Amino acid sequence: MSGFKSYFEKSGGIDVADDATNLTDEHREEIRQIAARYPQKRSALLPALHLVQSVDGRVSPKGLEMCAEELGITTAEANGVATFYTMYKRKKAGKHHVGVCSTALCAIMGGDHIFETLSEHLGVGNDETTEDGSVTLERVECNAGCDYAPVVMVNWEFFDNMTPDSAIRLVDDLAAGNPVTSTRGAEITSWREAERVLAGFDDGRTDEGPAGGPASLLGVEIAAEKGWKAPDPAALPANDTEGESK
Amino acid sequence: MTDLLTPVLSANWADDRPWRINNYERRGGYDALRKALDMQPDDVIALVKDANLRGRGGAGFPTGMKWSFVPKDNPNPKYLVVNADESEPGTCKDIPLMMASPHTLVEGIIIASHAIGVSHAFIYVRGEVLHVARRLQQAVREAYSAGYLGRNILGKGLDLELTVHSGAGAYICGEETALLDSLEGRRGQPRLRPPFPAVAGLYASPTVVNNVESIASVPSIVANGKEWFQSMGTEKSKGFTLYSLSGHVKKPGQFEAPMGITLRELIDLGGGMRDGHKLKFWTPGGSSTPLLTAEHMDMPLDYEATAAAGSMLGTKALQCFDETTSVVRSTLRFVEFYKHESCGKCTPCREGTWWLVQILMRIERGEGVEGDIEKLLDLSENIGGRSFCALADGAVATVTSAIKHFRSEFEAGYTTPAWELFPYEKSALFEAKPLAAASEHAGAQQKVGTH
Amino acid sequence: MTVEKDEKKGQTQPPADQARPPEELVTFSIDDIETSVPKGTLVIRAAEELGIDIPRFCDHPLLDPAGACRQCMVDVVDDGRGRQMPKPQTSCTLTAMPGMKVRTQYTSPVAEKAQRGMIEFLLINHPLDCPICDKGGECPLQNQAMSTGDGESRYEGEKRTYPKPINISSQVLLDRERCILCARCTRFSEQIAGDPFIALAERGALQQVAIYEKEPFESYFSGNTIQICPVGALTSSAYRFRSRPFDLVSTHTTCENCASGCDLRVDHRRGTVMRRMAGNDPEVNEEWNCDRGRFGFVSGRGDDRITTPLVRRGDELLPASWPEAIDAAVAGLQKAGKDVGVLTGGRLTVEDAYAYSRFARVGLGTNNIDFRARAHSAEETDFLANAVAGTGLGVTYAELERAKHVVLVGFEPEDESPIVFLRLRKAMRKKGLKVTTIAPFLSRGSQKLNATLVSAVPGGEPQALASVDLDGDTVVLVGERAAEIPGLLTMVLDTTGRSGARMAWIPRRAGERGAVEAGCLPHLLPGGRPLSDPAARVDAQAVWGADVPARVGLDATGMFNAVLAGELGALVVAGVEPEDFPKPRIALEALEEAGFVLSLEARESSVTARADVVLPISLLEERSGTFIDWEGRERPVHNVIPKKHVMTDGRALAALTDALGAPAAPRTVSAAKAEFDEFGPWSGNRAAEPRVAGSTAIEVGPGEAVLSTWRDLLDDSRCLDGEDALLGTAQRPVVAMGPTMAADAPEGALVEVSRGQRSVTLPLKIVENMASGCVWLPAHARGHNLSTELEATAGDLVRLDMIEPEASEGDGPEGAASVSTEGTK
Ligand SMILES: Cc1cc2nc3c(=O)[nH]c(=O)nc-3n(C[C@H](O)[C@H](O)[C@H](O)COP(=O)(O)O)c2cc1C
Ligand code: SF4
Ligand code: FES
Repeated sequence: MSGFKSYFEKSGGIDVADDATNLTDEHREEIRQIAARYPQKRSALLPALHLVQSVDGRVSPKGLEMCAEELGITTAEANGVATFYTMYKRKKAGKHHVGVCSTALCAIMGGDHIFETLSEHLGVGNDETTEDGSVTLERVECNAGCDYAPVVMVNWEFFDNMTPDSAIRLVDDLAAGNPVTSTRGAEITSWREAERVLAGFDDGRTDEGPAGGPASLLGVEIAAEKGWKAPDPAALPANDTEGESK
Repeated sequence: MTDLLTPVLSANWADDRPWRINNYERRGGYDALRKALDMQPDDVIALVKDANLRGRGGAGFPTGMKWSFVPKDNPNPKYLVVNADESEPGTCKDIPLMMASPHTLVEGIIIASHAIGVSHAFIYVRGEVLHVARRLQQAVREAYSAGYLGRNILGKGLDLELTVHSGAGAYICGEETALLDSLEGRRGQPRLRPPFPAVAGLYASPTVVNNVESIASVPSIVANGKEWFQSMGTEKSKGFTLYSLSGHVKKPGQFEAPMGITLRELIDLGGGMRDGHKLKFWTPGGSSTPLLTAEHMDMPLDYEATAAAGSMLGTKALQCFDETTSVVRSTLRFVEFYKHESCGKCTPCREGTWWLVQILMRIERGEGVEGDIEKLLDLSENIGGRSFCALADGAVATVTSAIKHFRSEFEAGYTTPAWELFPYEKSALFEAKPLAAASEHAGAQQKVGTH
Repeated sequence: MTVEKDEKKGQTQPPADQARPPEELVTFSIDDIETSVPKGTLVIRAAEELGIDIPRFCDHPLLDPAGACRQCMVDVVDDGRGRQMPKPQTSCTLTAMPGMKVRTQYTSPVAEKAQRGMIEFLLINHPLDCPICDKGGECPLQNQAMSTGDGESRYEGEKRTYPKPINISSQVLLDRERCILCARCTRFSEQIAGDPFIALAERGALQQVAIYEKEPFESYFSGNTIQICPVGALTSSAYRFRSRPFDLVSTHTTCENCASGCDLRVDHRRGTVMRRMAGNDPEVNEEWNCDRGRFGFVSGRGDDRITTPLVRRGDELLPASWPEAIDAAVAGLQKAGKDVGVLTGGRLTVEDAYAYSRFARVGLGTNNIDFRARAHSAEETDFLANAVAGTGLGVTYAELERAKHVVLVGFEPEDESPIVFLRLRKAMRKKGLKVTTIAPFLSRGSQKLNATLVSAVPGGEPQALASVDLDGDTVVLVGERAAEIPGLLTMVLDTTGRSGARMAWIPRRAGERGAVEAGCLPHLLPGGRPLSDPAARVDAQAVWGADVPARVGLDATGMFNAVLAGELGALVVAGVEPEDFPKPRIALEALEEAGFVLSLEARESSVTARADVVLPISLLEERSGTFIDWEGRERPVHNVIPKKHVMTDGRALAALTDALGAPAAPRTVSAAKAEFDEFGPWSGNRAAEPRVAGSTAIEVGPGEAVLSTWRDLLDDSRCLDGEDALLGTAQRPVVAMGPTMAADAPEGALVEVSRGQRSVTLPLKIVENMASGCVWLPAHARGHNLSTELEATAGDLVRLDMIEPEASEGDGPEGAASVSTEGTK
């Protein structure tokens, strides 16, 4: 089977050889804050691992151990969870995470071309980081933006209706540090800052960006144009309306 | 006659910053909550049941009925978990809803919590949509400040905490029991049923899991009544819903319409297929629903008609592919998705998708061998209906339906690479060169081997 | 007497509210055979009852169902309500319903195809290395592939491969290629042992069992995962590549490592034990055992084995013939006259213990006999006589499972009786059992029992116990360490007596309960007969045909003191380690000073060096007998390694008895057992309860703490000699203290613990809930025996000093800074 890789040397866990960390007691305190959102503290594990990534740029051994300690589970359990979910990185990711949707629809509409172009342009393969550390490129699965295919995600913000050219411009801008704004989201900061928001800590950017892109609003706009509406509850064929009389 | 489109959930999406609470309230937001809090919880359940709202997460289970399964005498706290994991390929309705109008969901959650007797609710939103997480978190903060969440809501004695929880990348966490394990900080693998979540769900306590759209539909039902809701839709599939049109159509997008609109109507609204091309195949409700062809374009998109056509309404995610598309390629890519997302717990899904991908890869390369199609079908039979959860059923649905409608394309894969029969660049939405990697295309190896 | 009674016949007065209602039955059919099973029964279990064999991998009757492997699929043609189930169902997760009609692979092509498809999936990524696999020949996957699978593989792809086996602890290896991901091991570790140090990692096709690399699979119960692994994915360092199942001869026996009474299956090949596995006894150990019991069996293979009798000539112990040795022993004992003491230790079968009990009274005419090679007290002697000896089958495992509340007193079940721990954990998980522990902190084991801590500094236990609510649904479990605390056993009897709570005494060693029954105590005759009662002495006289001395004898401490005071002339010692006494120095001095020492043992020890005559005794695996477990249940010891000339303690003592001219003693194990049973239970008045007041709290000054200590399961016991892989999984010795006492010192900092001139230095471990003013160290960690190093036991005051890192190399005192202690009034 040409190209079918069946030997997975690195799989199985977090890289304990790399014990670099920036985690401090303040982060431990934040993990406790996350835990306080839940009736049982173990529930905080996923957001806490996002927090670890926001500090260490990956799931560091120290971070995994801190989560296990604070949430009352073994490190083996924490490792089992951290390696189950694809958003958790085992090696240091770049400043920006660029995910090219490669599930059937996006791939066919051009996602495969975009990935190939970016991979060539950046000189990296799947789940690899450019030498300058600016971009980690990854194939991602369907990101619920199919009406904007092909979709590229930067730090989990939407970049809709992409082409190979617009994708190159995008990563070049990211590498150059030029301001870049998501088509349906905020101005791009960094992957690590995004991870902190996923851990539940506000970054003050909620009001940036539109309510939706053109595809999201297409139906509403057509309806407005045509004067189409949901029926008027007051003008229904007059049956009994006991349900609402209260 | 009702209009072709009936925006309810999406009615405010084109407003100025509709995600802010004051803008939402200006349109009557949270009035339904006030009304609901004056109703007895059981009356709210009865209302939703009588309206015949069916779950919008894919299975179409009646929402009010699900709520009524929660045992009243169980001493444990009760939980409501909103399934905002939206990861089914093709499905893209909950994300825009939460992005534009998160308060519709929050209001629905509070009403549902009142009805079910919940004092802590959760929104499990997939991790890969940052801006949605922001909008949800802010909406929840706003709702707390406005007194819609917290203690003694609106002075009516309801206490409710609402936590927004971001996932971390796993399609299986959309399956409701896997979602609960994930929300408990575990590997997102499905749980045995029984016990059902309604009896022993989150933290082994009675739990209702509902899709975003299901819950977001509740405020309008409370506000306008069950007759209003029933005045839309077909005989057995009631109400309005979000249809997501994607693929090779001119203008893909979200269309909120009464149940029963047809694909032809939707494609027309989307300006038709892209110029010079015609529809080849489509999925009615995401990639897990068996694909259909152009002959099904006039079928009403409701639960009954899609089932009669041998498919499922699913999430009403209409992925349309035109005649440039290789079915072998799309099938392989769909199965690769399931292989990548298989949780690994059960044998047929874990090993079966691994095997299917290998066979499909050689068919794509034009290196299929005699008997491969029969083998695909036989393996599909050993996977589907034998697995722990429905993920694997979705995986084989794409295979069996593709072979059913396009067997000759698979046969061609015994001799000719798919990219020769259907040059891949023709399917792209932009001018493109042939894919360099096509001949050694290896999505699977890259997706499985690394993280 | 018989101590074992059928528990189901209700001899143990179950509380009225536990009389169970008649079970509701469900009638349904499998392969058209109708059957009735208790409501809630899984179809796979019902099929077993009918003898219908449904293949399975992930299913295990003692684990929560997983439904993961999907191998056990059956076809449900009628769900009981007249409907066919559309998909085949996993019988291991399917509950039998009235009227259900199930078809297995024998009668349903659907089930047959589903099963065949599943085995095919399982094999595509399985290496076909059966010929070199430890499980080859006893592998469910191999068997299934033969019976259910297709001859030819349809799979033409590449196999998923991993680097070859990895150690997940020093004892256990994992071969990921062979793993079929049934999750039995991970479920066992999480559910049964409470040690989820292995967990599933990755997902999909890459899913695998994994440890976190820095935290190995160090569970006391890890060996069970090897046993229940349905393939050869988990193997042990000890047994790996050692033999093939068809070369092995299996014998069931009882584990000698503790008083839990586990049934063991011992496999030997040509006279050498190759491995030991947990036997299946639902009443006792169910299907589990602990790693100590499983792996700890090679200690007798060292070159310290004593093979011939030895007699001291001058300064030297020289080999002698048995007759020579017996003569020398008799001469020595006779010279000592009646002033002989007998130390029997806690490891004997009840037959051997009985032989010593009889020998002391009949052969030596003394009541100076004690089995306790550990801390003991007169209060304990009275407690055993009053509340343990001759009480027969008392609290049982099943009753622990039914109890509403269990209180642990001076007892750490995970370390001191691991199967009791597993049963308590099961009851906690499945039946909501509430556990309370009276201890200075919540140990690892107590945490896994979800126990409530009633905090007590050693010495404070009686008061703490008095504060706990007990009632008829409570069981109080008392460990042997209760003897270290004055007034504690008195309080146990007081509080249980008043509340109607039940009580069980759980010693650590396998032979202790039997020794109590056999009368290896200075004031007790067999069957719990108080020596002070003339009728009891009449009973003994009747069986033995000899007078029984009426004077109460000395306990072990009394014997040592008497030797040192010149009042005791000789000691008879049965495989006792002097290092096990709280003051080994005194024990060794006494052995040194005694006019004559007769030692009966299998391996050289510090007694050997001080003995005048040594009689070599066979290993347990070479003979038969009976242990009495903590419940009071008789547990058979079977002869595993057939040997022609086996010298048991009893046989040697019979020879000595003859040579001493006393009435003949039983020569065989069965004769000894029969004679012991003649005693029957004592129906007279029981010995009086102990009446000892608790001690007052000791003053703890700055830099001081009260010592708490017990032996970890994997300790420096000589039974574990040679078990390096096993001992590699032992707990690392530490000094455990609370955060206040540790002040700012980090975990791992070295702490010197001293008492007088003696000291020991170990790394610090911070324990959040440690009782104030208390410090804990393991009693007998490998290389650290507190009794020898500190001469300290629980309740003693010790001094603590932090060693500054620079000074840690040698000279402690200079670099030492005082540790902050709260001090108690
Ligand atoms: C593999 C799999 C993935 C699923 N993903 C989702 C999802 O992303 N969102 C969702 O709402 N339901 C999803 N479901 C359906 C849920 O299990 C569940 O039926 C639904 O959340 C119930 O909500 P409803 O009754 O409101 O539809 C999925 C089911 C399966 C088997
Ligand atoms: S079908 Fe099995 S392996 Fe696949 S996702 Fe469901 S439980 Fe996991
Ligand atoms: S034995 Fe039933 S699913 Fe594994």
